[in-house]
Amino acid sequence: MQEPIISFKDYTYHYRSQAEPTIHNINLEINKGERIIIVGPSGCGKSTLAHCLNGLNPFSYPGESTGSLTICGIEAGKAGIFELSQFVGTVLQDTDGQFIGMTVLEDIAFSMENDCVPQEEMIKRTHAEAEKVSLVEKLEAAPHELSGGQKQRVSMAGVMINKVPVLLFDEPLANLDPAAGRDAIELIDHLQKDGEKTVVIIEHRLEDAMHMGADRIILMENGRIINDSAPEDLFLSDKLIKAGIREPLYLTALKYAGIQLSKDMHVERMQELSLNDSHKEQIRKWYEERRAKAPGKERPEVLRAEGIHFGYTPEKENLSDISFSIKEGEMVSIVGKNGAGKSTMAKLLCGFEKPGQGMLYYQGRDMSGDTIKERAAHIGYVMQNPNQMISKPMIFEEVALSLTLQKLPEEEIKERVYETLKICGLYEFRNWPVNALSYGQKKRVTIASILVAKPQILILDEPTAGQDFRHYTEIMEFLKELNEKGITVLMITHDMHLMLEYTSRSLVFADGKKIADTTPEALFADPELLKRASLKETSLYELAKRCGLPAENYIRAFIEYDREVRA
Amino acid sequence: MSATLSYIKKDSPIHRLTGSTKFIFFLIWSIAAMITYDTRILIAMFLMGVVFFVISGLKWKDIRFAVLFMIWLIVINLIALFVFSPEQGVEIYGTRHELVHLFWRYSIVVEEFFYLFNFMMKYLAVIPAALLFILATNPSEFAASLNKIGVSYKVGYSVAIALRYIPDVQRDFHDISQAQQARGIDLSKKDKMTARLKNSAAILFPLVLSSLQRIEVISNAMELRGFGKNKKRTWIVERPFKKGDYIALLIAIVMLAVSAWFMVLNGGRYYNPFV
Amino acid sequence: MENKSKFTIKSIVAIGIGAALFFVLGRFVAIPTPVPNTTANIQYGVLSVFGIIFGPVVSMLAGFIGHTLIDLSWGSPWWSWIIASAVYGLLVGLAKKAIDIENGKFGLREIVIFNVVQIIAHGICWVGVATVLDILIYSEALSKLVAQSLTAWGMNALTTAIVGTLLLLAYAKTRTKAGSLQKED
Repeated sequence: MQEPIISFKDYTYHYRSQAEPTIHNINLEINKGERIIIVGPSGCGKSTLAHCLNGLNPFSYPGESTGSLTICGIEAGKAGIFELSQFVGTVLQDTDGQFIGMTVLEDIAFSMENDCVPQEEMIKRTHAEAEKVSLVEKLEAAPHELSGGQKQRVSMAGVMINKVPVLLFDEPLANLDPAAGRDAIELIDHLQKDGEKTVVIIEHRLEDAMHMGADRIILMENGRIINDSAPEDLFLSDKLIKAGIREPLYLTALKYAGIQLSKDMHVERMQELSLNDSHKEQIRKWYEERRAKAPGKERPEVLRAEGIHFGYTPEKENLSDISFSIKEGEMVSIVGKNGAGKSTMAKLLCGFEKPGQGMLYYQGRDMSGDTIKERAAHIGYVMQNPNQMISKPMIFEEVALSLTLQKLPEEEIKERVYETLKICGLYEFRNWPVNALSYGQKKRVTIASILVAKPQILILDEPTAGQDFRHYTEIMEFLKELNEKGITVLMITHDMHLMLEYTSRSLVFADGKKIADTTPEALFADPELLKRASLKETSLYELAKRCGLPAENYIRAFIEYDREVRA
Repeated sequence: MSATLSYIKKDSPIHRLTGSTKFIFFLIWSIAAMITYDTRILIAMFLMGVVFFVISGLKWKDIRFAVLFMIWLIVINLIALFVFSPEQGVEIYGTRHELVHLFWRYSIVVEEFFYLFNFMMKYLAVIPAALLFILATNPSEFAASLNKIGVSYKVGYSVAIALRYIPDVQRDFHDISQAQQARGIDLSKKDKMTARLKNSAAILFPLVLSSLQRIEVISNAMELRGFGKNKKRTWIVERPFKKGDYIALLIAIVMLAVSAWFMVLNGGRYYNPFV
Repeated sequence: MENKSKFTIKSIVAIGIGAALFFVLGRFVAIPTPVPNTTANIQYGVLSVFGIIFGPVVSMLAGFIGHTLIDLSWGSPWWSWIIASAVYGLLVGLAKKAIDIENGKFGLREIVIFNVVQIIAHGICWVGVATVLDILIYSEALSKLVAQSLTAWGMNALTTAIVGTLLLLAYAKTRTKAGSLQKED
């Protein structure tokens, strides 16, 4: 048996700015060539663990450690960050932050430049590395000409060029659409096998991260490792659910059908799952009992777009001939690849941009004459990143901002802000600074600051991006509550779960055109459409197919039952 | 924004010069124009600049907006100079040839208008060189060029980061201000200036906070990839000096020398045709 | 040659991002005034915040690079004013020593210190540095420069007083520790 390439022994890390250690008594050995996925709810210490591996702890975020951590036989605490970077290559979640060079070429060469590698050699090695991640044609491209997936590939090439034995991925899927995420995992798999790398992936989209399998899954909670086993063993236990992590959907579906999971079923990946006839029969039986009910009644229209055309520059049309109608009280998802025109459509609805052609109606009234402010009274817009929206340090001030600017009487402001804060479950924090809140709570503050103006429609850009399952549920249940109170909700999203679980309709955009207006279940039962929307099939589709069930109806039945169970 | 000048990729003798050459040329050219007030030199520099511009193959439409804008700025300055001090030229050149008296203290004096012409030429002498530097230098070469002329590579890299992240910051600013406009913050309306400034802080606060976060992420990313490890670093985009580079630098140095030599000849910065 | 302890990677990045902010704000959000070359520049508010958070070297270089890029994007640099921006960044950053912003301290005392420093710094830069350089380089008439530089001083100091103070107040509040907070019913 060879020496483990990474070895934590009774390792504890305590940030200087914190009262308590963030990770406790970590014992973990990772062998050469292994692929490890680390999961855990937000704040469980998985990022801290990663920072200890790449040296950001303690060199950038000072703190004390006890126990020992060795990487490739080197004591991590004694090596500098530069020395560690020879062994551990890190790909960060923020692909824009990691893309430092002006072009792909420069970014891939960045670490060689720092090592004073002669120019000729750099050019040769950069080309070779770009080839591995299929970016040779893009070497001259600037970051804004690349998609999120391409930027991530640049980051991978940039760290692999050092021939590091360990690759560390910090939430590689958080900023990618599902199709790009699948490609990323496949590329990681390929690079690992090709270069005999050890791979550590931190990710909360577990099913997606498991797309090409893993040797072990480490589950963390409250700064401790509570599971270190092969994926199969973890999936057969109930540890994931207890820790608030979403297990792969097909497992939930099997459990709902009353199937006892066992080792011989190969539950670690959908592709390997083996179902015998009695399992299939159980799923079919469950489905027959759960057949979807008839759809609800017709509701009045609240928003309509007719033949919208728009381009930021005269040369290129970003939206062409978009028409749709939204009914009052609907919860609709707007999906499609980055750059397909989803956000542009939202901007047109809010009046940030004016359509070149076409009409927008609110409750049957033409909106074209309304200013941004006038529209904001009906249509509220919530940005993806709450930190980009919060402009006052105190919660009350922030929620009150739009009313203060209207110069309403103080009493009325107070009343309306309190009322909104109560709806949003923030009343008890009313006098707190915003930064004392969690990310999910901040998101609520931004929604509250929009709701205070009493809009009928809320548009949210990626409301749950980068959130763990608990925050995801918290945000979405809150939006569902608002929706039940009569507010129409439109969401721009890549999240397949969100579409399926919370929206009744999906508008699908591709290359500036609306290519479908359908139910999420129908969307996920249509592989061709999914591909054009840069989404990917869910394991439920695969499961339905294997059992000979109609995918669309099966997915709908599953989602409805799942909602009941979780409620 | 079409009004913002940025690099235009082309193949010309000017484009083929290294970034360092263009940078040094531009600096020397600026200094030469800065020290002198000699009309003949300024005109010569302007004409040479125009020739270089033609060689570069850039088009008038690439610079039209910028040139008109600069002319506008210069004209405003000329008017202000005349309004505030109509006899500045007389003071400088020591003679006074009045053509027409206008009103109060304002007259059309040849010396004054000659001074204003020189003032204008001082800008015009630099503008073609500056435009060339901006439009014909690949921004990727900026940092390497600064490093080459002796600026610490770390400072050079600050410039590279600024250039790299301007589009990102601009997008952030744009998105934030649109979202804030929807909440009723309006910078464009004819509010009182202090009120407008207060409102602008509501847009700037999230921008500053997200910029601070960005600084954190970028510096971690750079550190993890070994930035600052050595006293030196190499640059993948750096290009070797060729014949053209030496010629360009020679032209700049000669210009600077001529400019200085004429100062000695003139016994000062000014060329005085009035004595 | 380089001072390692002062020039951390974080300062280098802060200079770059500070310059990018200075550029974007100065290039696209200038509010014009009746005097030539003079605008209400909110970028000095942000530059001041960088000075107080990161210190004088960062704000000086961010001001210098940011202003140079603004001028280049218009077509030609106005060196006298670029240098004045750099000097302003340097001077305002000196106030970092007296203001413990990282621990959330920005009360009346700090507001006064910040504003006294920024007003003096703007005065030195616009009335002093920019004017002297304009005379040396362009032989401009003193009376025009006095009008121009006094306006610049007034406008920039006012802008910084409002924008800079508000931003620092807000930033300081984000630095307070959550430990002392109580939920209310």
